[in-house]
Amino acid sequence: MLKIKDLHVSVEGRKILDGLDLEVPSGEVHAIMGPNGSGKSTLAQVLAGREGFEVSGAVEWDGVDLLSLPAEERARRGLFLAFQYPVEIPGVSNAYFLRSAVNAVRRYRGEKELDAMDFLKRVKAEMQTVGMSEEFLYRSVNEGFSGGEKKRNEVLQMALLEPKLAILDETDSGLDIDALRIVADGVNRLRSPERSMIVITHYQRLLDYIVPDRVHVLSRGRIVRSGDRELALELEKRGYGWLEEERRKEPRGVGQR
Amino acid sequence: MSAVQGWVDTFRAEAQRLPGAKLPWLAGARARAIERFAALGWPTNKLEKWRHTSLALLAQQEFAVPPVDRVDLAAGALAQLRQGAEAGHWLVFIDGQFAPGLSDIGTLPAGACVDSLAGALAQRPERLEAVYGDAEEGESPAALNLALAGDGAYIELARGVAIEAPIHLVFVGGVSKGTQLVRNFIVADDGAQVTVVEHYIGRDDATSFTNTVTRVRAGRDARVTHLKLQQESAQAFHLAALDAVQARGAYFASHSLAFGARLARNDISSRLEGEGGEALLNGLYHVDGKRHVDHYTRLDHNSPRCTSRELYRGILDGTGRGVFTGRIYVAPGAVKTDAEQRSDSLLLSAGAESDARPELEIYNDDVKCAHGSTVGQIDETGLFYLRSRGLDEQHARNLLVYAFAAEVLARIGERSLRSSAAAAIRARIPGGQLLEALA
Ligand SMILES: Nc1ncnc2c1ncn2[C@@H]1O[C@H](COP(=O)(O)OP(=O)(O)OP(=O)(O)O)[C@@H](O)[C@H]1O
Ligand SMILES: [Mg+2]
Repeated sequence: MLKIKDLHVSVEGRKILDGLDLEVPSGEVHAIMGPNGSGKSTLAQVLAGREGFEVSGAVEWDGVDLLSLPAEERARRGLFLAFQYPVEIPGVSNAYFLRSAVNAVRRYRGEKELDAMDFLKRVKAEMQTVGMSEEFLYRSVNEGFSGGEKKRNEVLQMALLEPKLAILDETDSGLDIDALRIVADGVNRLRSPERSMIVITHYQRLLDYIVPDRVHVLSRGRIVRSGDRELALELEKRGYGWLEEERRKEPRGVGQR
Repeated sequence: MSAVQGWVDTFRAEAQRLPGAKLPWLAGARARAIERFAALGWPTNKLEKWRHTSLALLAQQEFAVPPVDRVDLAAGALAQLRQGAEAGHWLVFIDGQFAPGLSDIGTLPAGACVDSLAGALAQRPERLEAVYGDAEEGESPAALNLALAGDGAYIELARGVAIEAPIHLVFVGGVSKGTQLVRNFIVADDGAQVTVVEHYIGRDDATSFTNTVTRVRAGRDARVTHLKLQQESAQAFHLAALDAVQARGAYFASHSLAFGARLARNDISSRLEGEGGEALLNGLYHVDGKRHVDHYTRLDHNSPRCTSRELYRGILDGTGRGVFTGRIYVAPGAVKTDAEQRSDSLLLSAGAESDARPELEIYNDDVKCAHGSTVGQIDETGLFYLRSRGLDEQHARNLLVYAFAAEVLARIGERSLRSSAAAAIRARIPGGQLLEALA
């Protein structure tokens, strides 16, 4: 269970998230949609522990104060962010990177670390399901990968790390139809009563494959509307303008005189 | 001892006993060289080429070492170096003197000569006369080297001869004396191929002085790869010059890995004297504490259609200082020159300092010449990406530092050399040993 209460985030004095509330119960998949620049990636990165933001508010995850943990500990406890723009790390092989990630999580869970052989077996199997050739193990992390290859690499990491809370930030953007299905399959395979997922997307199409329990609209730093998947269809037809319109009519701070 | 007059006195006392002292051409060159050194003195930063590095403090420096069992020490260091390395050809020098008992030259193809300089001066002085160099060449430390160096390695390959395994030259300094002067020669005739590795190591408790010159002659279509792994102690002073001349179609690569010494200065140059030559100057240095590393490089494009690539990276910590100068000269007739130069520094602390300076002197229009330099810090986005996958912050930082270095190492073609260079840099960066599995 993830509970976000009155989250405010700014960067260099500029407000990006402005009193955001959101709850994602265990076992549910929530979609977040919203216009460019509304703060979706900022929310995802703050949840994953990126530093450099001024943050206030409360985020509770499975009973712990998420904001008090460093990024690596969040990851080890099972939080995973698939980046909107996966980072290139020249000079570090993808194989080393993936194995370090898997073993960091395993160590934390008190499981035996995978040696090179076991790891290769495991990763090759997963690569097959996400449609990546082995060559990508020996290249530098994301360096020179195409947009879609980077996204597949994110899905590969998700599959290997088996997170309890997965946040996918536009993992569907720039993917061909086959890749889209792969991403969706990856998410659906992980679905279970203990796991929650937040899927950030601009396209209702993805939600045909990953059927969300709830859909939220993030606009100017707040969740302005929540609903079921019908909401996504409505957004597809009407855009975001009407929501902005409604927000304007409804003065902020209702209930305060 | 290291005052200029001290060296002149040493020359007076020892010149007669130096290997080759009986050769008139050599005795004359040495005498002229010590005169030039005496006249110039140690370079100071009043000189343009030494703007960021002064050797003035050398004048007051005493170089002496506490006594120790020399063979044991060298043998131990050597065993460590050779661990996991290929058999190949190994020449060991203690305080600049060839140590045949510790060396293992191995078997060589016909037409290849691998010997100590002292040996070669006795056996084939006429071959040396042509390549030895004269007193007017180089900076004042190079003149001192010419005057007083008595040993080093002499490697000569006849036309078309290739030596497969690298030739390793191991210089163990500060063993029973504080100073060593070394002079090496790599002479590859047309079409010959060779890879030479110079290792510089020394005792951690010695304030030692190394002055080394390596001269490379690459004939037509020859391929010469030179790798230098400088890992002297943090008190050591290391002055080095590497001078190459490339004939038509020759390939020359210099990989300068400068990880040790209190102060290190490397003058590296190549002259492209025939069409279609190709030069690679690849370098990586690491400074921490108060250490200082200066690379002064020069490429002379004297012929058409030559290519040069110069790629340097520095990792700077503490109040360390890194200096890089990349001088490229393109002669009026050297059309279709293709030269590229990059220098990138990674600063790990606020006190570290890096200076990079391209100096281009181009005398024709038909030239492709690019240069660039950056000074940066650890990439925060990369750091977050790694941490978001569960790597702790320190591991993530070390990994990014290593990754920065690894790109330089990737240009070292020979696998065994690449992995020993990688191990050497891992031993320098904090937590590097933990990155072992990275190979
Ligand atoms: N480090 C930063 N410095 C300055 N502004 C920032 C920073 N990070 C985010 N912003 C700004 O905050 C706003 C929200 O950015 P964010 O990336 O969260 O949007 P988004 O909803 O993910 O948009 P998109 O749909 O285009 O991915 C943008 O206006 C962005 O320019
Ligand atoms: Mg975004």
